[in-house]
Amino acid sequence: MVLMKNVRKVYESSNTVALDNVSLTIEDGEFVFLVGPSGSGKTTLMKLITGEVRPTSGKVVVNDFDMGTIKRRKLPKMRRTLGVVFQDYRLIENMNVYDNVAFAMRVVGAPNREIRTRVPYILELVGLDGREKRMPGELSGGEQQRVAIARALVNSPRMIVADEPTGNLDPVRSLELMLLLEKINEMGTTVVVVTHEKELVNAFSKRVITIDSGEKTGDSSEGGYYGV
Amino acid sequence: MRLGYLIREGFRSITTHGFMSFATVAIIVACLIIMGSVSLLAMNIDVLIKDLENQNEIVVFVDESLSDEAAARDLQRNIEAIDNVSSAQFVSRGEAMNNFMSKYDATLMEGIDEDVFRHRFIVHLNDIAYMSQTKTELEAIRGVAKVNAHLDYAKNFVTIRNVVTAVSMVLIVMLVFVSFFIMSNTIKLATFGRREEIAIMKMVGATNSFIRLPFVVEGLALGMMGGAIAFLAEWGLYNLVTGRLVNSAAGTLLNVIPFRNVALELFVVFMAISILVGVFGGVNAIRNYLKV
Ligand SMILES: Nc1ncnc2c1ncn2[C@@H]1O[C@H](COP(=O)(O)OP(=O)(O)OP(=O)(O)O)[C@@H](O)[C@H]1O
Ligand SMILES: [Mg+2]
Repeated sequence: MVLMKNVRKVYESSNTVALDNVSLTIEDGEFVFLVGPSGSGKTTLMKLITGEVRPTSGKVVVNDFDMGTIKRRKLPKMRRTLGVVFQDYRLIENMNVYDNVAFAMRVVGAPNREIRTRVPYILELVGLDGREKRMPGELSGGEQQRVAIARALVNSPRMIVADEPTGNLDPVRSLELMLLLEKINEMGTTVVVVTHEKELVNAFSKRVITIDSGEKTGDSSEGGYYGV
Repeated sequence: MRLGYLIREGFRSITTHGFMSFATVAIIVACLIIMGSVSLLAMNIDVLIKDLENQNEIVVFVDESLSDEAAARDLQRNIEAIDNVSSAQFVSRGEAMNNFMSKYDATLMEGIDEDVFRHRFIVHLNDIAYMSQTKTELEAIRGVAKVNAHLDYAKNFVTIRNVVTAVSMVLIVMLVFVSFFIMSNTIKLATFGRREEIAIMKMVGATNSFIRLPFVVEGLALGMMGGAIAFLAEWGLYNLVTGRLVNSAAGTLLNVIPFRNVALELFVVFMAISILVGVFGGVNAIRNYLKV
């Protein structure tokens, strides 16, 4: 769940107002597209959710953690309730598919027994069974992004946030990936997806939040990019 | 947190980042050998100067009133009671005359009685820097007639020694700084390729201490390796160089410190520096990546 109230984010270094007076609520179990032109502040909004940046003013609450005041040492606990997916996959190049996913469980101290049953289950869920031993470089872009989604999912987060996860994929792979995220959402995980792709958004009838120049300009529960 | 995971991670990263690990160890080894060699050289020069200093002796002449040899010998205790005196050797007037005659043509001395010579002590000092004070103290002893000391000579030696000490100190301090700089930069470079990995760990909710620990294990392992290799190399190098010197013509005059006399200290210092650099260098290098 995400709650934002009158959020403003100013980057001091570039003297940019990236977000201004943004208020929104995302309930548990929702599937939300976040759209808007380049430089409008979408990534900034995602970073406020993951705790990579803090709001200049206003309130940001994510999965019951107040992101404006959260202590640094509480961040790991908060992040375990989130799964994050990036445009460029961010896999560890010298680890195979299995280890890339298992790694996420190891670093939060999960017992080996649990890792051995959970990882194959998640890899099957994202359609990567049989690819366990491949290295990231031996996979297609779509497959690599599935590994990233498996990694984001493996610790059973309450919410998955994905910043342009289909940015490097062709339309067919993009659609497949969106369908996978929809499936994950139907299993109970909240999903927030940033995207540029109009057709993709319009192919689903989901809630769409639009931001432009740092301000929220639209929030339609029945889909449609820019109200189209 | 499980120990097995940490140790496995630490060593996995050493093997998967083989070249950077190799570079780190190589730089640590090179810096330690340079530092160690300069230190050993300085220590040897110090010993050499001490040696030369020791040949610089003071002669204490015993007063005529103590012409009896036993009474003169009694002064030994008073002389040795002075702090700066390392040894005092009694030379009777008879021995003094024989020494003198053996140096010169004995025929010149014919008819000269040993009474012309005085009983004396040959005195060596702990530190010739305090020669003039010691000379005054010696003169104050009852029964001492005269003290012969080469004060100028002593002063020159003290100057040389001070210069050598100062130069080697400055050199070592500079080397320590430069080495730390080079070593920590090498480690920074070595961990640069890992920032993605660290960012991913942070994103999935790993704690900082969890992320740091494999780097500590790795730093410890690389540090120990570097320290040990540097020690063995220094050992070989030292024995090679000093062996050559001793076998050369000038070598017979030189008195080099045997390696075993400094081996333990050198080993401890090498290990301490390299482990410190390895562990703190590693932790410090990733500090910035942990801030996300
Ligand atoms: N770390 C930063 N430091 C300074 N300015 C930044 C930083 N990150 C983003 N900005 C600025 O903030 C504004 C919003 O950037 P943001 O990355 O949120 O846009 P975006 O909507 O994700 O764009 P895109 O679709 O191109 O990814 C831009 O003007 C950008 O230049
Ligand atoms: Mg962006």
